[in-house]
Amino acid sequence: MIDALDLLTNASLWAAVLRIATPLIFGVLGALLCERAGVLNLGIEGIMTMGAMAGWLTVHGGGDLWAGLAVAAVSGALMGLIHAMLTVPLGLSQHVSGLGITLFASALAYYLYRLIVTVGESPPTIEPFRPLDLGPLSDVPFLGQVLFAQTAPTYLALATALLLAWGLARTPLGLAIRMTGENPHAVEAQGLDPIAIRIGAVVAGSALMGVGGAFLTMAAFNSFFPEMVQGRGWICIALVVFASWRPGKALLGALLFAFFDAYQLRLQTAVEGVPYQVFLMAPYLLSIAALILVARRAEVPEALMTPYRRGER
Amino acid sequence: MRFERRAHVPLHLAVAAPLGAVAAALVLAAGLIGAAGVGPLDAYAAMLRGALGSRLAVTEMLTRATPLILTGLAAATAFRARLWNIGGEGQFYLGALTTAWIGHALPLPGPVGVPVLMLCGMAAGAALLAGPAFLRLRFGVDEVVTTLLLNFVVILFVGMMIEGPLRDPLAFGWPQSVPVDGAFRLPDLVPRTRLHLGLLVAVATAGVVWLVLARTTWGLEARAAGLNPRAAAFAGVSLPATIMGVACLSGGLAGLAGAIEVMGVTGGVTTTMSPGFGYAGIVVAMLAALHPAGVVAAAVFVATVFVGADAMGRATGVPSFIADVIVALSLLTMLVALLFTTHRVRR
Repeated sequence: MIDALDLLTNASLWAAVLRIATPLIFGVLGALLCERAGVLNLGIEGIMTMGAMAGWLTVHGGGDLWAGLAVAAVSGALMGLIHAMLTVPLGLSQHVSGLGITLFASALAYYLYRLIVTVGESPPTIEPFRPLDLGPLSDVPFLGQVLFAQTAPTYLALATALLLAWGLARTPLGLAIRMTGENPHAVEAQGLDPIAIRIGAVVAGSALMGVGGAFLTMAAFNSFFPEMVQGRGWICIALVVFASWRPGKALLGALLFAFFDAYQLRLQTAVEGVPYQVFLMAPYLLSIAALILVARRAEVPEALMTPYRRGER
Repeated sequence: MRFERRAHVPLHLAVAAPLGAVAAALVLAAGLIGAAGVGPLDAYAAMLRGALGSRLAVTEMLTRATPLILTGLAAATAFRARLWNIGGEGQFYLGALTTAWIGHALPLPGPVGVPVLMLCGMAAGAALLAGPAFLRLRFGVDEVVTTLLLNFVVILFVGMMIEGPLRDPLAFGWPQSVPVDGAFRLPDLVPRTRLHLGLLVAVATAGVVWLVLARTTWGLEARAAGLNPRAAAFAGVSLPATIMGVACLSGGLAGLAGAIEVMGVTGGVTTTMSPGFGYAGIVVAMLAALHPAGVVAAAVFVATVFVGADAMGRATGVPSFIADVIVALSLLTMLVALLFTTHRVRR
C-alpha cells in the first residue's frame, strides 16, 4: 500500500499522464467539434488508426516529422469528408456511417501497411519526436520533468484545447458551429449554411483525430502495428459526454483519464497477485462509470444526430 | 435536390440495392488491388476460386458463414428496434467462454448437453447486453459507447480466465481454455471437413427470428419501438420491456454464435478465435437491410470475401486485409443504396 502511494509522488508518473493524455486530447477535441455541430463521428477509432499509419508512413518514406503530422491530419480529414458527405447532405444514419468509416479506415490503414511491410517482417521503426529540452526550465526538479520535457505535439494538443475553447465560445464562427448543433433552422434563418458548417466541422474534427492517432506512432511509440489504437477513439467519445461537450472540461477529462491509465500501468508492477488484465480493464470500466455519473445532467446539443434537410421541419 | 420517402419499396429495388452496393464496393477496391501490382480481375477470380472453387473451399466458406449468420441476426434484431448493439464481439466471446467452461465437465449425454450449452451461451450473451440496455433505460447512457467499451473488457476477461482458472493444462503453454467435452462437439455435415451441424442451427435460427419478428405481436412491438417510439408508447407498447426483450434476444444470438463456434470448430477458447465476427455481423445485417432471410445471403457473401481473400493473398500476394476493405466499403455503399430504395430523388 505504501508503494501505491509512493508512486503518486514520482515525477515520471505525472510526465506519463501528459504523454498518455495527448492522443486523447486531440481525439476528444475532434469528436467534440463534430458533435457541437450536430454530427456524431464514430469513425474516430478508424480515423486515429489511419492517422497513426499515415504519419508513420510519411516519416518512414523520408518525410519530416511535421510533414508526417500534416499528412495524418489530411488523411483524417479525407475520412471525415466521407462521413460528412454521407451523414450531412444525404442525412444517413450517423451511427452506421461512423462504424462503416471505422471499419473502412482501419482496414485501409492495415492494407496499405501490409503493401509495404510483409507478414513476419519486424515492424520498421522511425526516429520519433524527442522530448524538448527547454534548458534551465527542463532542469527544474519535478516540474521540469513533468511540464517542460514533453514532446512538441503534447504542447500542440494543449494549445489546440485552449484555441478550440476560445474559438467556440468567443468567435462568430464558434457561435455558428454551436448554433448548428442546437438549431440548424436558426442558422439558416441567419443566412448561414448549416450544411456547409457541419461538413466543415466534421472535416476539421476528423483532422484532429488523425493527428491524435499519429502521436501514437510518432511520439509514444516509433512503429505501427495493427490494433494499436485499442479503443482510445471510443474512450474519446465517452469523454465528450463526460465533459458535457465543453473543450475545457474535455481537456480535464482526458488528463484525469490519463492519470488513471498511467497509475494502473505502474500499479501492475507494484501490486502482486492480481492478474494484469484487471488493471487493463480499469480504464474501460472507468469510462462506463463516468458515463453513468454524468448521463442524467448531460447537456446534449439539441440537434445532435438529427439530419438537417432544407425546407423540412 | 430533395429526397422524398417512398410509400412502398418495390421488390426489384430491395434486391438490386445490395447487389449494386457490392458491385460498387468491388469496383472501388479494384483500385487498391491495382496498387499492389495485381490485375483486379485476376485477383477476384482467385478470390472466387478460393471460396467456391472446390468442395473443401465451399465447406470452409460455409463454416465461416455460420457465426456470421448469428452475429448478423444479433445486429439486425437490435438495429430494427434502434438498439445500437455494437457489442456483438464481446457477446460472442462471453458465449464461447461460458460454453467451454460449463461444457468441459457437464454430466449430461451429448444430445441433451448440446442444447443446454447453446442456452448457456445465449444466456451469457443476453446478460452482457442487458447491462447496457438497462443503463440506457435507467440512466440514459448511450449504449453505443458502453457496448463498444465492454468488447475490450470481455476480451481482457477471456484472457484472464484462459491464463488462470480455465487454462487448458494440455495446451503446451499456449493460452487456451479447457475444451468442451467430446460428447458436445457438433457432428460434421460433410465428412473430413470443418463444416458442422451449426450451419443448420444458424439457418433455422434465422427462420425462427424472421417468424418472431414478422408474425408475432412482440415482433411488431419491437419494430414499432424502433420506427417511432412515441407512437409505439402511445399505442400501449411498454418501451422498457420491449427494449430489454430485444436486448436479450440480440445478445443471446451473438452468444449463441460463440457457443456454436466452440462446439463446432475450436473446442476451446482463445483470444484470437474471432476475426471480428461481431463487427462483421453489423455489415451482414446492413447488407441484408435488417431482414433475417437476407442475413443468411449476406453472411455467405461476407464469408466468401474473407475466405476468398486468404486464398487470393496466397496466390497473388495481395494483402488479405483487402477483405476487410471490401466488406467495410460494401457497408458504406449499402447505406447509400438503401437511401435510394426508401426515397426517390425530386428536383
